[in-house]
Amino acid sequence: MSTTTATEKTSRIERAGRLQSRLSDPGYRWLLLVVAGVFGALLLAILIALVLQARPALVHDGLGLITSTRWDPVHAHYGALSMVVGTLITTAIALVLAVPLGLGTAVALATYVPRRLRTPLSVLVELLAAVPSVVFGLWGLLVVAPWFAGSLEPWLKSAFGFLGIFNGTPIGIGVLLAGVILAIMILPTMAAISRDVIIAIPRDQREGASALGATSWQVVSGVVLPSARSGILGAGVLAAGRAMGETIAVTMVIGNTDSIPHSLLGQGQTMASLIANEFTEATEPFHLSSLIAVGLLLLVISALVNGGARLMVRSIARSAPGVGVL
Amino acid sequence: MSSPSLDPGGGRDFEGSFGASDPILSRRAEVQRTAASQLVRRKVTSRVAVFLCRASLVAALVPLVAVLAYTIRRGVSAWSVAFFTHLPTPAGIAGGGVSNAIIGTLIIDFFAALMAVPLGVGVGLFLSQSNGKVAYVLRFGADVLAGIPSIVIGIFAYAVLVVTLKHFSAIAGSFGLAVIMLPTVTRASEVAIRGVPRDVTEAGLALGGHRAHVARRVVLPAALPGVLTGVLLGIARAAGETAPLLFTAIGSQFTSYNVLHPMAAMPLIVYFDGIQAYPDLQKAAWGTALALIVIVFVLSVGGRVLSSRVRRSVG
Amino acid sequence: MLNLNRPYPPRGRLSFRTRVAIATSALVVAGISSTAGVALAASNDLSTPKANLTGAGSTFDQPFFTLAFYDYYKLNANVTVAYASIGSGGGIAQFQANTVNFGASDVPMAASDLAKDTGGPALQIPVDLGGEAISYNLPGIKSGLHLTGAVLADIFLGKIKTWNDSAITKLNPGVDLPKLGITVVHRSDGSGTTYIFTNYLAVVSKAWASGPGVGKSPNWPVGVGGKGNEGVAGSVSEIKGAIGYVELDYALENKFSFAAMQNAAGKFVLPSIRTVAADAAQKPDVTPTDFPIVNEPGAASYPISGYSWALVYVKQTNTDVAIALARTLDWLTHAGQADAKSLYYVPLPANIQDLARIDIAKILTPAGTEALTASS
Repeated sequence: MSTTTATEKTSRIERAGRLQSRLSDPGYRWLLLVVAGVFGALLLAILIALVLQARPALVHDGLGLITSTRWDPVHAHYGALSMVVGTLITTAIALVLAVPLGLGTAVALATYVPRRLRTPLSVLVELLAAVPSVVFGLWGLLVVAPWFAGSLEPWLKSAFGFLGIFNGTPIGIGVLLAGVILAIMILPTMAAISRDVIIAIPRDQREGASALGATSWQVVSGVVLPSARSGILGAGVLAAGRAMGETIAVTMVIGNTDSIPHSLLGQGQTMASLIANEFTEATEPFHLSSLIAVGLLLLVISALVNGGARLMVRSIARSAPGVGVL
Repeated sequence: MSSPSLDPGGGRDFEGSFGASDPILSRRAEVQRTAASQLVRRKVTSRVAVFLCRASLVAALVPLVAVLAYTIRRGVSAWSVAFFTHLPTPAGIAGGGVSNAIIGTLIIDFFAALMAVPLGVGVGLFLSQSNGKVAYVLRFGADVLAGIPSIVIGIFAYAVLVVTLKHFSAIAGSFGLAVIMLPTVTRASEVAIRGVPRDVTEAGLALGGHRAHVARRVVLPAALPGVLTGVLLGIARAAGETAPLLFTAIGSQFTSYNVLHPMAAMPLIVYFDGIQAYPDLQKAAWGTALALIVIVFVLSVGGRVLSSRVRRSVG
Repeated sequence: MLNLNRPYPPRGRLSFRTRVAIATSALVVAGISSTAGVALAASNDLSTPKANLTGAGSTFDQPFFTLAFYDYYKLNANVTVAYASIGSGGGIAQFQANTVNFGASDVPMAASDLAKDTGGPALQIPVDLGGEAISYNLPGIKSGLHLTGAVLADIFLGKIKTWNDSAITKLNPGVDLPKLGITVVHRSDGSGTTYIFTNYLAVVSKAWASGPGVGKSPNWPVGVGGKGNEGVAGSVSEIKGAIGYVELDYALENKFSFAAMQNAAGKFVLPSIRTVAADAAQKPDVTPTDFPIVNEPGAASYPISGYSWALVYVKQTNTDVAIALARTLDWLTHAGQADAKSLYYVPLPANIQDLARIDIAKILTPAGTEALTASS
């Protein structure tokens, strides 16, 4: 027969409860703030560490870092304009290819594919993003580059040579190949986010247009795409950010020439591939700090691009919790 | 252009009956005529557009199939018991393997997860409960972090852990990978925790638990599948990264369990040996690439399957 | 048993017993000495303390080091050496920061580099010797195309753009050179291999010396970059009409055609163990401050050659590491050179081996004793 009273049982439970979480509510919030603080400190630390390491170069090279095309470690002259241009060219090629294809894929996945195939196919497209970039680089170098050199680039040169952008000897590796490989790598980003944004458009809007007699394409072009416009723009900008920061695959296929290419068949260098190539070797004066300065430049650009893009995407997809917005 | 038999009104043309100049009816007839004539064009456009969209989907899958096929073709011949259990041998000496790289990847990624998951889940918990200014800044910061090129993160890991500890180390590599994993884990945790129905949390609080207790014993377990998805996807992303390891763990020919020293890793084998002239080194590189893809795919698909299960059960 | 009273040389046949005795003694002596020899070697190896050494640097050394350290581990399981071939510059940087036990560089550290060493005074020890082959991808054209240094410099300056340029055809009468554009392939990563190559170009061409100059990462006027020797070799084998500089073993492994360069004596010479050794022999008094051996005189010399150097601190901070390091380097520069030869490096000349040993003997344990002869 139990001799404990109800109040004794209650206080025992209370004590047990208190022992199990020694944190009171304010303590808990405080702990979370500390955790958040650590996170914030990490972000700041990255910025500060890079700025500190890059400072000697910023002082020595000055604005020449981004206005000069001459990258000459032997004579301690560091101008990264060719790399900035290289980044822009490869990203542009990648976007020209990936945005239409990605959007088409997204529309297909959201609308024009049988319902039960929707998830498996979406997973397949996203698997493209799971392939390590080093595998893409190696495949691009060993399989795609010879095909470019032997078939695609000569054809482009003969068919479109009058445009003046396909001059030079086709050797396979170069900015065009880098752009194409980048397009393949950012396609999943573009497709997945656009698809999520399109799916988030309320069904009644689509069905309403259908009821008014719109063809299935007209529903998409007239109703869905205009509503999803800023989300899709966000997806595109996010994909652009990914393309700018991609390092390993680009290093292996871009040709590593520190000058601005004169044609799409030419070779070049991006900011990321420059760093990957020269970092472990940089012993000349200001070489290492100049490379880190280029890294800082890349960080700032991609931060602006990515941060802005995600703001755009979030404002569209905020309503759907649990949506896999990369 | 006009085709009287396509009158969608489905009836007689009223013009003749009531008078040829009724403006509404004639306008209606005009609209019907225009619509009829454009119907073919609209249908054709739609067919073409749908075809192009489906073709884009196919085009998107072509590179995936091509890369996989090539990797399987070149990598499968490298797989053998020796491949998974032996250390690498110099070029020309048969019987080598990548056991040190497999162990190295497991160790490095384990420590990366150890660093990223508690911090990521903690920040996710914080973000799920507040919408204030601090939370906004942190969310923006996580998005920025997600976009930082992996090479820049490699430089950061080098500056923080290699220079200060005075030698290359696997832990510096883990640190770099942890930074890369962090945004994925944070985002997934926040979304998963937000997804836990409010009544569950409120029930826990009503039973007298402190917030910390409720969080630990009620909310996190309920959010676990979503959090796990984030962790799996984060590890999948980190496992395939090469750039952060280039100036941190740098690789080794031996098996090492010491995280304060250089360590071999699978992406490094693919990067360094893939372009070597010696055929057996190339074969090893492709075998490693295939193994890496298998690991990353399993983690990614597993994460997605888990997340769709959660979505279905939560509704 | 032997009859010591019998005068020598013996007249007539030795008795059966005598012959057995001689044979037995001979066997016994042989047995004892070989066992003693093995025992000496074994006791040498087994007494080396356990150490995990790390090194970083030159990609040129990588095939040799990989094989050599693998073989050394078979001889002496107490010592593992992890070598990261991140390039000569990287090796120097890591050595300066004291993050590795030894560095490896194709170019010894200059005074300004030495000033940045954080571990005290350093030793620079030559560990191998190699030649740089000028490889080209010309279908149908065999190995041995004649080139002079001046012509090579003009190619790399971008002044000579096609293979059937008169400057090249003049040197090669009878060879049908195609009207194919020349694609120059150079290293995209800074490297000691590049330093040796640009050193040679600067010596034979004033335009190069006053232009891009000598260095590990010069500002190349033309050309495509490949990462590491492998990257250059890969690009040359992929691109028709390409020309690039690679270490001899890479050229041989890829079965490239390579050029016969004109040396200082005017002869056209193919790179080989013999010709690189001949070039090195012309300068027996090589030191870390006076190290280039490009374009040495002598009819048999191959002009684009160079040593590769190991960098070690004199004063070590760990006794086991000091002893293991000294013994490993000593083995590498002596018995280990057999591995070098099997991979088409040129074995170190004997006088350079002696030089290396003298330097290695200077490595000190924390206690201040000589590491090479210290007992563990």
